Amino acid sequence: MYTSGKYSSRGPALIPRMKTKHRIYYITLFSVVLLGLIATGMFQFWPHSIESTADWTLDKRSVHDAPLIRLPVSSPIPERGDLSCRMHTCFDVYRCGYNPKNRIKVYIYPLQRFVDELGVPISSTGLSREYNDLLSAISDSDFYTDDVTRACLFIPSIDVLNQNSLRIRETAQALAMLPRWDKGMNHLLFNMLPGGPPDYNTALDVPRDRALLAGGGFSTWTYRQGYDVSIPVYSPLSADVDLPERQPGPRHYFILSSQTAIHREYRAELERLKEENGEALLLLDKCSNLSQGAASARKRCYKGQVYDYPQILQARWFWEAYFSSMKAIGLTTLQIINDRIYPYAARTYEQWNNPPVVKWSSVNSPLFLPLIPPRAPGFTAVVLTYDRVESLFRVITEISKVPSLAKLLVVWNNQNKSPPEETLWPKISVPLKVVRTKENKLSNRFFPYDEIETEAVLAIDDDIIMLTSDELQFGYEVWREFPDRLVGYPGRLHLWDHEMGKWKYESEWTNEVSMVLTGAAFYHKYFNYLYTYKMPGDIKNWVDAHMNCEDIAMNFLVANITGKAPIKVTPRKKFKCPECTAIDGLSLDQTHMVERSECINKFASVFGTMPLKVVEHRADPVLYKDDFPEKLKSFPNIGSL
Amino acid sequence: MQAKKRYLILLSAGACLILLFCLGGIQVPLSRRGPSRPHDRRLSGYGPGARCDDLTEHISPRQKRDANSGLYTGKRCRMESCFDFSLCERNGFKVYVYPQQKGEKLSESYQNILSSIEGSRFYTSDPGQACLFVLSLDTLDRDQLSPQYVHNLKAKIQSLPLWNGGKNHIIFNLYSGTWPDYTEDLGFDIGLAMLAKASISTENFRPDFDVSIPLFSKDHPRTGGEKGYLKYNTIPPYRKYMLVFKGKRYLTGIGSDTRNALYHIHNSEDVVLLTTCKHGKDWQKHKDARCNKDNAEYDKYDYREMLYNSTFCLVPRGRRLGSFRFLEALQAACVPVMLSNGWELPFSEIIDWNRAAVIGDERLLLQIPSTVHSIHQDKILSLRQQTQFLWEAYFNSVEKIVLTTLEIIQDRVLLHTSRSNLMWNSLPGGLFTLPQYSTSLRDFPFYYAELGIKPPSKFTAIIHVVTPLVSQSQPVMKLLVAVAKSQYCAQVIVLWNCEKPLPAKHRWPATSVPVTVIEGESKVISSRFLPYNTIPTDAVLSLDEDTVLSTTEVDFAFTVWQSFPDRIVGYPARSHFWDSNKERWGYTSKWTNDYSMVLTGAAIYHKYYHDLYTTYLPASLKIMVDQMSNCEDILMNFLVSLVTKLPPIKVTQKKQYKETMMGQSSRASRWADPDHFAQRQTCMNKFASWFGAMPLVHSQMRLDPVLFKDQVSILRKKYRDIERL
Repeated sequence: MYTSGKYSSRGPALIPRMKTKHRIYYITLFSVVLLGLIATGMFQFWPHSIESTADWTLDKRSVHDAPLIRLPVSSPIPERGDLSCRMHTCFDVYRCGYNPKNRIKVYIYPLQRFVDELGVPISSTGLSREYNDLLSAISDSDFYTDDVTRACLFIPSIDVLNQNSLRIRETAQALAMLPRWDKGMNHLLFNMLPGGPPDYNTALDVPRDRALLAGGGFSTWTYRQGYDVSIPVYSPLSADVDLPERQPGPRHYFILSSQTAIHREYRAELERLKEENGEALLLLDKCSNLSQGAASARKRCYKGQVYDYPQILQARWFWEAYFSSMKAIGLTTLQIINDRIYPYAARTYEQWNNPPVVKWSSVNSPLFLPLIPPRAPGFTAVVLTYDRVESLFRVITEISKVPSLAKLLVVWNNQNKSPPEETLWPKISVPLKVVRTKENKLSNRFFPYDEIETEAVLAIDDDIIMLTSDELQFGYEVWREFPDRLVGYPGRLHLWDHEMGKWKYESEWTNEVSMVLTGAAFYHKYFNYLYTYKMPGDIKNWVDAHMNCEDIAMNFLVANITGKAPIKVTPRKKFKCPECTAIDGLSLDQTHMVERSECINKFASVFGTMPLKVVEHRADPVLYKDDFPEKLKSFPNIGSL
Repeated sequence: MQAKKRYLILLSAGACLILLFCLGGIQVPLSRRGPSRPHDRRLSGYGPGARCDDLTEHISPRQKRDANSGLYTGKRCRMESCFDFSLCERNGFKVYVYPQQKGEKLSESYQNILSSIEGSRFYTSDPGQACLFVLSLDTLDRDQLSPQYVHNLKAKIQSLPLWNGGKNHIIFNLYSGTWPDYTEDLGFDIGLAMLAKASISTENFRPDFDVSIPLFSKDHPRTGGEKGYLKYNTIPPYRKYMLVFKGKRYLTGIGSDTRNALYHIHNSEDVVLLTTCKHGKDWQKHKDARCNKDNAEYDKYDYREMLYNSTFCLVPRGRRLGSFRFLEALQAACVPVMLSNGWELPFSEIIDWNRAAVIGDERLLLQIPSTVHSIHQDKILSLRQQTQFLWEAYFNSVEKIVLTTLEIIQDRVLLHTSRSNLMWNSLPGGLFTLPQYSTSLRDFPFYYAELGIKPPSKFTAIIHVVTPLVSQSQPVMKLLVAVAKSQYCAQVIVLWNCEKPLPAKHRWPATSVPVTVIEGESKVISSRFLPYNTIPTDAVLSLDEDTVLSTTEVDFAFTVWQSFPDRIVGYPARSHFWDSNKERWGYTSKWTNDYSMVLTGAAIYHKYYHDLYTTYLPASLKIMVDQMSNCEDILMNFLVSLVTKLPPIKVTQKKQYKETMMGQSSRASRWADPDHFAQRQTCMNKFASWFGAMPLVHSQMRLDPVLFKDQVSILRKKYRDIERL
C-alpha cells in the first residue's frame, strides 16, 4: 500500500551515500510528498468530499444524485443461480488469502441508479432504509475495505431485499454490469422477501450466476448447504419498540400466533387447538375494523379485541444479538461466511449460542478428557530454594526414595550465591537438574521449564522433610485419578468474615478445605504454563512484589478454570521442620496471615468472582486405619507425625 | 552520476505520486471506514407490508405439499417429502431388518451392521411395528470391480414386498463407483430410501435426510472397540512432527491432484508428507518424473511411528472423498487436517468438527503449514482431547457407527426431543444421553460445570425390601429412621419387593420426611432401578434392607457425591481382576488396596442412571439379573463406568455394613450363599462380553472427612460419629 511509512523507512538507508547537494534535493522532495499526503488525508476526512460520489452511501444530496446508469436492452443477463454451488466450487477463496487476523475483507459497490433504455428505474423503491442501514453497518465494521483489489467479498449497492419491488430482468442485467461481477463470484446479495405470486419461490428469482444469497424464507430445497446464509425477515416495526426485561417463568399466554394472512386451512387447525386449550392460546389476525394507516400495521386483533403488536412479544438474548436490527443481521451473515472461510478460527457453538450470563458462569476445563495417566512416566519434583542448603539436601534425599520420582529439578532462586558444587549434592538414582534464576521471584517455582518432561509436577518447599515416601507416592497415585486438580498435603480454607464484610484466610483445624498449599502439592504441568502466561490481571506481579501468596494464586487459577476443588491427601501433619524455630516458618507470622487474607480479597476482585470450592473430604488409601496387616497395605506409612 | 540518476528517477516518481493523489486516482486508506451519515428518513422502507395480500385465495399448503410430493423425490428427497412419519408414531422408533435370504452372501462388515441393529433396543422383528427398514442385501461395496460387489441388486430390491419405493428404508454404503472416475452412483435406484454412505459429497448429500458415515475397514470391531491412543496431555502439546501424511499417489484416474502437490510443502523435518507410486500391477508404465524420488523417501518412514508422533495428520482425498487415514488419525489423537473439498464429513449433522479437526481447503494447500503453525497450543490441547472423545463415543466399533446413525434419524423423527449440540459434542456423548429422559441439560449429571450450576442439594432414599416386616427392631426400621434424619433427605421410598402383602401404613416409623411405599413391578430385582416418577430429586440413595448406616454417614456421603455427581459414591467397595489362570475376569470382596465397584446397597448416584439402566441395557442382561436376583449392582457399576470412564468413589472407613456379617440376623442372607458368589463371577464375564470390553476402572483412594482420626479434639470434628462406629 502507498503509506508514508514505507517511504520514510527507505529514506535513511540512502542518505549516507549522498552528497550534501543531493541531500537538499531529497529533503525538498520528501517535504513535497509529505505535504501531498497530508493534503490528501485532509481531503479524505473532509465531509462530503468529491470522493463520496464514488461511495455507496447517501449524503445530503440524497439518492437521486447517484450516477445514473442506462442499461441497454441487450445487456447480458446472468444465469439463474446454480443449485449445486458450494464454497469450494463457486467461491474464489484465493481472493481472501491468508491473513493472520483470519478476517475477510468486504467491499461495497458505489451507489448507482440503474434505469432501462426508456429511463424507467429497475426498482420501484430504489435504495430502502433497511438496505441503507445494512450497508452503513457493514462499512462501519472491521470487515469493510474501500480497496476493491483487497476485497474477498463484494456487496452490490443494488437493493434486492424485496423481490416485489424489482424488475427482475433489469435487476439481473444491472448485477451483471458491476465491474467485478465475474459470474457473480464472491458476491453477496441480501434478500428478505423472495418469490412472487402465484408460486412464491423460496429464493430470490433474480438470475444471479454464482452469487451467494443471504435470504429470508429459504426452503431446504432452495438453500445451498454451507453456501447460502438463511437470515430472518426483518420487521422495521421492531426498531421502535422497547421490549421490557422479563424474568424467566410462566407467562400469561403459552402459545401466540400473530401471523396474518395464514391460509384458512391452517387457521382452522389453529382455531381447533384454541378450542381445546382455551386461554393458553392467543390467535391474532389483522384488524378489519381499524382505519388504514401506518399504525394499523402494529395492531393485531382477536374477536374484536385490539392488541398492540409486538408489545406482547418478549425480549430474548438471541433476538438482541442476531435479529434485532439490520446491522445485527448483516454482521451476523458476514461472520458466518467468515467462519466458513477460516474454519479453524471459527466462533464456537458456545460463543454463538450462550448468553453472557451462561458464558460467565460456565466452566470448561482445558483438561476435559477423563484420563487416568499411566503410572510409568512418574513425576518431576520441583524444589524452590534460596540458601537453606542443608535442609534442601535432606528434602532431596527423602524425595529420592519415592518410587515414581522421575526427575528432580532444583530452582536456585539466589542470585548472590552459586549453588554448591556438583560433588557435594546427594547421590540419587534419578536425574537432578539445577536451574538458576535471573531474579529472586516466587513465580519462578511455577515456570513451565523444558526440563519438566512429565505431566505431573510435585512442587515442594526446601523444608518439607516430614512427608514419608508412602505419603508422596500415594499423593502421586491420587493425582493420577484427578490429573486436572491440585493434589496436596496441607489444606487451607477461605471464609467470609461477616463483621469485616470480606474474605478471610484460615489455617486452623477445620472440617473443610478449599485450597492446598503448593509447599507440597502435585499438579499438571499445564497449570505452570497457565500461571506463567495466562494469570489474569496483575496477580503475578502482586505475588512477586509481596513475596507471598503464590500458592493461593495457583489455587484460584486452577479452581477458576476447572470449577473443581483441590484434593487434600492424607491426615494433617505438623508442617514445621523440627529444627526450625517458630518464627522462621513464614506461615506462623501474624502479619503474614493478614497478608494472605488480603491476597484472597485481592485475587477475588481480579477474578471478579470467588472461584474456590469448599469440600469436606480428603483422600486416604483405601485401607487407611483398617484393622489389616500393615505389610499387606500398599501405603502403610501414612499419617505418622 | 549514479546518484543523479537515482535522484531523477525518485523525483519523477514523487511528482507522479503527487499528481495521482491530487487527481484522486488513488484512494489513500487513511479513512478505513466509510463515512457515517445521518439516518436518512427520506428513504422508504423495503416494504414487507406489501406482502400482506390475502393468501387465502391461493392454493392451500396441503394441496401444495401434495402437488410437490412428486417433485421432491430422488435427489431432492427430504424427510418431509420422502419419509412416512406416521409409521413411527404408533410404536416409536423401531427398526426392522429383512430376513436373510438363502444363498445371499453378506460381507463381514455388513453382517456386523445387521447384528448391531438386531442387538440394539431399536430392533423389532415385526415389520408392522417398524419405522425404519434395513435391507439384508449387502450394499456396502458398489464398486463393480470389487469381489464383494453384489449383482442384480436392482431386481432383488424391486422384488421385496415391503420395499414400497424405498420409503423409510436406509441403505448403508461404503464404496461407490469405480476406476477411473469413482462416481457416487450405487448402480441401482434407491428410490425414496435414505443413504448412510461414506465419502458422500456435499453436492449429493441430501441435508437432514442422508447420513454421512465414516469409511471403516473390514477389521473394524463389531462391538467394544479400541481405546483412543492418548494417554497423556503433554505440555507443550507439540509432538516430534507437526504434520504428516503417508499414502498412495494415483498415476491414473481421479483423486490425486492434491496428493501430487504435497511434495511442495514436504520438508522432511516437521512436515513430512510422503507418497508412493507403487500400487497396482503396472505402475511402472505410468510413472512420472517424481516417482523414484518419492518412493525412496516414502520407504524411509514408518507410518505408525509418524502417526503417533505427529501433532497434525493430513487427510487428503483419495480415490473417494473419505479415506482410512481419517479414522486412523482420530484414534491416534493426531488432529486431522482435512483436505477433501466437498466431503460431507462423517455425522456432520451432529458433530461439530471444528472442535476436533482442521478443515483445510485443497486450493490453499501451500498455506497449510502456516495455518497449522498458527494454531494456538491451548487449541491443540483441546482439539486433541476432542479427537479421543469422538473416537470412543461414535467411531471405535461398527456398533457405535450404526447406533449413531440410528440415533441421528431418531432425533429427526422425534424432533421435539432431539439432542442438543452440547449433548452430542461433549462427554459422555449422544449415545449415553437419552433425550427421552429430558431435553433440559440440567436434568443430567454431566453438565453442571458447563451450565455453571450446582449439583442438587437433596436426595431421595430408595430402600429395597424383600423380607416381610416382623418386628420394630428390624434393621430396615433403624435404617429408615437414620436416613430420614439426614438434613439432605427429601423423601424415602420403600420398594416392596417382598412376596407378602404390603404392611399397614402405621407400621412404618414416623419420620419428618414423607415415606412412600411402592409395590415392586413383578417383584424382580431390576425394579429397584426403574425410573420412578415418584423420585422427586436428582440424587438417589440406594439401600438394601439390611444395610447399617448412620445419619452422619449418609450426610457425609452426600456431600462427597455433590463433588462427583456423575459417579457412584458409596460405602461397600468391591474389586475385579483378570484371572490369568482361568483367562477370565474375577470378582473379589476381599480387603484389597483398590476397588472398582461400589455396591448399590449403600450408594448415592444420579437418578438418570435409573433411566439409562432401564433403557440402554439390553433385555438379555436385565432378564439374567432378574432370574438370578443377583448382580444388579455389578451391572450398574459397569454401566456408570462405561459412561464416565472413571472409577466409583468409596467414602470413608466402613467394613461392616451388613447386619448379617455381624451375625445378628436370623434369616439366611443371600450374601452368605456360596452360589451367590459364584454367580457374581459369571456375571462379570457375561457383562464384559456384552460391553465388548471391561469398563471398570480401579481406584486406590477413599474419601474421608477432612479431620478423620486426626489428633485433634473430637468436638472440633463435624463428622465425629463416623469415628465412633
